[in-house]
Amino acid sequence: MTQDKAENQNGELVVVKDLVKYFPVRGGVLRKIVNWVQAVDGISFSIRKGETLGLVGESGCGKSTTGRTILHLLDPTSGTVVFNDQNVFELQRQEMKVLRRDMQIIFQDPYASLNPRRPIGESIKAGLNIHQVGTPTERTEMVLDILHKVGLEDYHYHRYPHEFSGGQRQRIGIARAIALKPKFIVCDEPVSALDVSIQSQVLNLLQDLQDEFGLTYLFIAHNLSVVEHISDRVAVMYLGKIIELASRDDLYSNPLHPYTKALMSAIPIPKPSLRRTRTILKGEVPSPLDPPSGCRFHPRCPIATEQCSVEEPEFVEVMKDHYVACLGVGPQNVRI
Amino acid sequence: MPRKADVKNKTMKSPETMSSLVWRRFRRHPGAMAGAIILAILILSVLLAGLSPFDPEISDIKNRFQPPSGNHLFGTDGLGRDVLVRILYGGRVSLSVGFLVVGISLAIGVPIGSAAGYFGGWVDNVLSKVIDATMSLPALMFMILLSAILREIDAPFLKSNSTLTISLVLGVLSWPTAARLVRAIFFTFREMEYVTAAKALGASNLRIIISEILPNGLGPIIVESTLGIGYAIMEESTLSFLGFGIMPPTPSWGNMLDKAQEHLSQYPWLAIFPGLMIFLAIISINFIGDGMRDALDPYKILAQIDE
Repeated sequence: MTQDKAENQNGELVVVKDLVKYFPVRGGVLRKIVNWVQAVDGISFSIRKGETLGLVGESGCGKSTTGRTILHLLDPTSGTVVFNDQNVFELQRQEMKVLRRDMQIIFQDPYASLNPRRPIGESIKAGLNIHQVGTPTERTEMVLDILHKVGLEDYHYHRYPHEFSGGQRQRIGIARAIALKPKFIVCDEPVSALDVSIQSQVLNLLQDLQDEFGLTYLFIAHNLSVVEHISDRVAVMYLGKIIELASRDDLYSNPLHPYTKALMSAIPIPKPSLRRTRTILKGEVPSPLDPPSGCRFHPRCPIATEQCSVEEPEFVEVMKDHYVACLGVGPQNVRI
Repeated sequence: MPRKADVKNKTMKSPETMSSLVWRRFRRHPGAMAGAIILAILILSVLLAGLSPFDPEISDIKNRFQPPSGNHLFGTDGLGRDVLVRILYGGRVSLSVGFLVVGISLAIGVPIGSAAGYFGGWVDNVLSKVIDATMSLPALMFMILLSAILREIDAPFLKSNSTLTISLVLGVLSWPTAARLVRAIFFTFREMEYVTAAKALGASNLRIIISEILPNGLGPIIVESTLGIGYAIMEESTLSFLGFGIMPPTPSWGNMLDKAQEHLSQYPWLAIFPGLMIFLAIISINFIGDGMRDALDPYKILAQIDE
C-alpha cells in the first residue's frame, strides 16, 4: 500500500497489477467450456503521466487484450488496474462512465471503428453528447475545433466514413478519442493498417496532440521501428506475458531477453551493404490455449536450459528501470 | 461572436441534410415512386369512400350479381351491394389491419430481439425460448382461440371482431419473425468495433442498441415489415373466412374474397376486384420498402453527393 502511494507520487497514471484475462473456449453439444485461451496471463507494469509506453509483440500475444482490459472494455479474469488512484474494476456503473471521459482508445482499423450510418461529425460528437458537455451548439463548435486539430475541414462534418481515405479515417478516430479531452489513450495499432507514407503523418499528429494536451499513451504495435519512434519506454510481450520492459534507448541498444534480441535483429535496416547476424527463431508461436511450461519462450529459445522448461522466470529489475523475465539473464550475468 | 455564425454556415450549408438526400434517392427509384403513388391513391380513395351514393351494408336484392357497368363500376354482389363501395370500406379495414399488425409485431419483436441479440448469454437463452415457443404455436388454432376469448371479454377498446382486436390477435402471433430478424442483426453488429468505441466513450447499453446498432439493421427491418403488411392482410382474410375475423356485413378485402369463392365461375368480378386490391396494395408497399432500403443505404448516398 505504501509502495502504491509512493509510486503515484512518482507520477504514475496507470498501474497494472497481475492482470489476467482468459477467454473461454466452448465446445461439444452442450457448449461447455472445454478450455481457456490464456490471452493475458499475469502482467504488471505502470505508465507514467505524460509518457508513451510502447507495447510490442507478435500477433496474438495479448497486446490488444491488455489494452482493452485496462479500459475495462473486457472484464478481467483477475488482477487490478489503478487509474488515477481509482481501481477501475471496482467502480460502479456511474463512476465508470465518469472515468471513461479520461481514458479513450484509438483502433487499428479506423473504418470498422466508425459507424457507417453516421456522418463523422456526429461520431466525434457522440462522446460529448453522452457526457452532456456544454450546449448542443457548443458541441458542434467543439467538434469543428477538433476536426481542425486533426487536420480535417469543416465540410467533412457531414460526410460518411466510406468517403475518406485510410489516413483521414484514422484522423477521425483520433478526433473522436480526444473530443472528451482524456488523460490517457490506448492506441491499439493505430498505424498498422495505414500506408507507410501515411504512418508518419499520423504518428506526428499523435505526438503533437500529446504535447498539446499532455496525453499519456499506451502505444500497441508490432512494428518495432514505429514503437521506437514514438515511445519513451517499451514493453515486450510474448504469449500473454511481459518479458522485458525498459526505456526505449536501453531496450534498443541493449536488449537482454533472447526474444527481444531476436526481434531487434529482425528490424530491417535501410542499407543493403550493412549485414548483421540475424537470430532466426525456430518454430511457431505456441498456442495460448496450451502454453509451454516454465518459461513460455523456452521451446524457441536459443539459450534455453533444462531448468527453463520447469521454472517460470520472475520479472525482475536487472538494471535501473530495466526489467526482464529470463532465467538466463539474472542480475548476476548482466555486463554493463 | 462571428465565430458562432460561421459554425452554422459552414456545417449546415454542407452538401445536403440527411433527410433531403434520402428523399432525393427515394424519388429516383421508379418502382418506389410508382408504389408510393398507387398507395397514396388507395389510401385517399379509401378515406373518401363516404362520398359514394351507395351504402356498403344495405342490400338491394333486385340488383344482385350485376356485372360491372356504368352504374356499378365493379358490379354488385349477391345481396346487390356495390362492390366498389364495399372495396373502399373494406380497404379501411384491411389496410389498417396490415399496418397495425406490423406496428404491433415490431413493438414487441424489436425490443425482445434487440435484447436477445445484444446481451446474448442467458438473456438470449430465455428470450429465444420464448420466441421459439410462440413460433411453435399452431397459429390458426391459437388465432381462433384468442379471438374467441377476446369476444367474451367485454373490454372497452377491444370490441369483438373489431379491427383493433383482429390486429392484436395477429400481431401477438407474428412478432417472433421480427424478433428473430432483429436478433440476427444484433448478433452481426454487436461485435463491430464502432460498438466498442461507443462503449469506450461511456455509452449506455440502451444508447448503443438504439443509436449504434438499430440504424444499421434498418434495411432488412423495413423489407420484412413491408412483407409483413401483406401477410397480415392475407391472415385477416383467413380469419374472416373462418368466421373469426371481420364479420359481414362489414366488408374487408379478405371476407369479400372468401365470399366470392362460391360464385367464382359465374360472377368472377366478385373475386377479381378485391384480389386486385390486395395485390396492388401489397406490391406497392413492397416497392416502397425496396426504395426506402436503397435510399437509406449510406454507401449509395455517396454516389449522389459526387454527382
